Amino acid sequence: MIHDLVLQGTEMLLVLLLSPLLTGFVRKVKARLLRRQGPPLLQPYRDLARLLRKEVVLAHNASWLFRVIPYIVFAGTWVAASLIPTFRSGLMFSWSADLIAIIALLGSARFFIALAGLDVGTSFGGIGSSREVMIASLAEPAMLMIVFTLALIAGSTQLSTMAAFMGSPEVGLRVSLGLGLIALIMVAISENARIPVDNPATHLELTMVHEAMVLEYSGRHLALIELSAFLKLLLYVSLIGCLFAPWGTASPDAAPRELLIGAAAYIGKLTVGGLLLAVFETSIAKMRVFRVPEFLGAALMLALLATLLRFVSRSF
Amino acid sequence: MTVVYALYGVAALLALAPIAIIASASPRASNVIYGASLIATLALGVMGAISLSAPALSTVVLPLGLPWLGAHFRIDALTSFFMIVVNLGGAAASLFGLGYGRHEETPERILPFYPAYLAGMNLVVLSDDAFSFLVAWEFMSLTSWALVISHHEDRENVRAGYIYLLMASFGTLALLLAFGLLAGSDGNYVFDAIRASHPNSRLAALVLILALVGAGSKAGVVPLHAWLPLAHPAAPSHVSALMSGVMTKVAVYGFIRIVFDLIGEPDWWWSIVVLTVGGITAVMGVLYALMQSDLKRVLAYSTIENIGIIFAALGLALAFKAEGLALASALALTAGLFHVFNHSLFKSLLFFGTGAVLNATGERDMERLGGLIHRMPQTAFVFLVGSVAISALPPLNGFVSEWLTFQAILLSPQLPSWGLKLLVPTVGALLALSAALAAACFVRAFGITFLGRARAKAASLAQETDSSSLAAMYALAALCLIAGIVPGFFIDALKPVMQALLGVSMPHQAGVQWLSIVPIAESRSSYNGLLVFIFVVLSGSLAAFAIHRLASDKLRRGPAWDCGYPDPRTSTQYTASSFAQPIRRVFGSTVFRAREIGEMPPPGSTAPARLTVKIHDPIWELLYAPISDLVAYTAERLNVLQFLTIRRYLSLVFAALVILLLVLAISP
Repeated sequence: MIHDLVLQGTEMLLVLLLSPLLTGFVRKVKARLLRRQGPPLLQPYRDLARLLRKEVVLAHNASWLFRVIPYIVFAGTWVAASLIPTFRSGLMFSWSADLIAIIALLGSARFFIALAGLDVGTSFGGIGSSREVMIASLAEPAMLMIVFTLALIAGSTQLSTMAAFMGSPEVGLRVSLGLGLIALIMVAISENARIPVDNPATHLELTMVHEAMVLEYSGRHLALIELSAFLKLLLYVSLIGCLFAPWGTASPDAAPRELLIGAAAYIGKLTVGGLLLAVFETSIAKMRVFRVPEFLGAALMLALLATLLRFVSRSF
Repeated sequence: MTVVYALYGVAALLALAPIAIIASASPRASNVIYGASLIATLALGVMGAISLSAPALSTVVLPLGLPWLGAHFRIDALTSFFMIVVNLGGAAASLFGLGYGRHEETPERILPFYPAYLAGMNLVVLSDDAFSFLVAWEFMSLTSWALVISHHEDRENVRAGYIYLLMASFGTLALLLAFGLLAGSDGNYVFDAIRASHPNSRLAALVLILALVGAGSKAGVVPLHAWLPLAHPAAPSHVSALMSGVMTKVAVYGFIRIVFDLIGEPDWWWSIVVLTVGGITAVMGVLYALMQSDLKRVLAYSTIENIGIIFAALGLALAFKAEGLALASALALTAGLFHVFNHSLFKSLLFFGTGAVLNATGERDMERLGGLIHRMPQTAFVFLVGSVAISALPPLNGFVSEWLTFQAILLSPQLPSWGLKLLVPTVGALLALSAALAAACFVRAFGITFLGRARAKAASLAQETDSSSLAAMYALAALCLIAGIVPGFFIDALKPVMQALLGVSMPHQAGVQWLSIVPIAESRSSYNGLLVFIFVVLSGSLAAFAIHRLASDKLRRGPAWDCGYPDPRTSTQYTASSFAQPIRRVFGSTVFRAREIGEMPPPGSTAPARLTVKIHDPIWELLYAPISDLVAYTAERLNVLQFLTIRRYLSLVFAALVILLLVLAISP
């Protein structure tokens, strides 16, 4: 019990501490690919520390909800992120929320952040919120269909069980898994506001979605919102890692040596995931906003096709 | 014996109607009527809860109605559950009405019908023969119609009432035929006799379609929903809450009673009809909702969406039942009924919130509201709770019933038929889409109404609503939270209903570790709203505490940033229709043939640029308009019959007689 609790606590701290590093790493790789020096790897930590020390400048019209939302968004994302197996499967509280609930928790965080965009009553906040909910209205069903596919393969929506099953030899190569992986990557890109759906580095009005919603935030509030974005990126990379690259993940009752191997494997997966993301983002241009529905519609159709295949036959 | 007490309660409500007529001139009439309704509905609700916890059949026959039939009433598990839904909603509406009713200008148009309407809904779920059922059903329709047109000065309301009356009669006609077929040629209208006789499968299929049309039109399934978004908003807000939150559930009760109880064993293909209708209703309902700017109409369309979700769950339950997968059927039916309960909570809550806003500002058009969170913080808070709950987001209750529905969908690869194998995942995708769109819809509804800056003067002068209205809203919000974090108790409470309708029930939930819910097996799926809630609250407060202690808690107010160019005019904010623009463009351009026409003045001209949005209602234009044209056309053609000579009338009568006799002679 205590042992489990300690491991769960470590896990929660681990995702919190690692997530800025992953974002820093992606930024660094992107900069290097563009032949720039790039900010140091630890820059996101410094940014967070700086923001946390600064005072908050709040718009005159901001309500109490505006001040509470960063904490809600952060808490929802953090809880969701710590329910994803990282270096070992069989998390202590894995049963408290299955993958559907984890996705829905992220949905709650998004609901509130979209409200924050509307709170001050500026046009940029509104444009961000309205685009965000449009993107979410396609990304969420696509994600749920992916969950359905995986759940039908693993016979469970419980993420620990799913991860353990995906690591077992009986899975093999399946058409539906391939379709699901492509759809999941597309959803992950749009959920994390990455190129080609959104540009996290932009401050050009017409291309902003996520940044426009949080434009009015400053100081500690902005730090929390940024940290939630880092956590979300880590969450999706870990999710893809534990489901589609389950190698090296330590079993629930692993010896310390296996845990070390698991941790090393996890770091490796994050590195590969970050590298691939950076390469992908550098090689593609941002889409127009109204091309995004086509992109996500494709993800939804792929995921639906994967689910249909699972319904039709167990062998796909 | 319980049923007798329940009938006393109903009689008390009925007795309030004449009292209201007599006393409505007195200024205290509203308090008396709503107070007495509150007590009566609470008593009825408690009776429902007691008889659900200790299920025992309780029947009574009263010498009313048809002389050879009498009026049969019965309380079983299903009735008890719906008694709770009806009377919980009724009690909340009465509590809200205590405060809200004071602002009513013409109380004599509402007070007499209000308790009668509550009594009507109770009678529908209590009645145990087709005759009493239909009489109660019509009574419920007529009293609610009277409430819809209570503000008859507004022509729109009268039109809404007219369409409502037409559709309600049409629905009752379908139900009348359904019961006629069920009763057979012996005319045995008692439900027990109908249960005992098993109609053949073609007849049963016809009954299913008629029940879907009859109950579905009252519940608001697409394409029979046309009256609902007109009539529900026209009524006073607490009655809107009853119509949307409760009366649609009474319609669901009618459907369940006929299809799961009276009709006997279902055929597998029935579920295809119900699932398709449910999936389409869910998505169409929420898309319509996103196109509206009238807050009450948004809520009415969102009711259609939720009815779609409920019917999809019922369709799944039918499919599983037909294939003999009783446990899976119990899961799907539990999901549907739990959603019935949940929707009655949050939809009433949201309508109350709208009522409070309407009272405070005189507006229900979102384009003229905004910034109300500053003026009405408590209403804003409870409305937010309702919005989160209806958007199916954890840790509130809407998510749990949605989650259970998804778990039931994940069981359906077991179904052998190919049609269902392809249909069920598609319906799953439609439900997922409607859930995501519902979140968008309620970000819009809450954000535009309560956040931002006031768009009209009335909104900037609003005052917080009265305490009894707030009490009703807080009670419902608390129930939304409780049903969300400890759903196991609610699912367990539904067990007798499953036992009665399907013969099995879901595994016991209350004993599961940490109050989780485990619908099938723990290795398969489990959800613990309580823990999720605690985790989120803990980590949020931990973050707040740590940041305030260790980093900075300084705060300064300043003008909004807005990329350096904040514009003080409130018209520069996003409006309800601009918020929906991306979704209108993505979904509406096909579904509603939405077109945006931008008119730019020529260079140098000072005329404003204009953007016109055209939206077509496909169902109204393709289904209702042709029918109404046809009726008008035939009426005009038949008009000549009014001006014939007596000789011609007599020959017409003679011809009709000959034709009828011929038909009788030829038919076997």
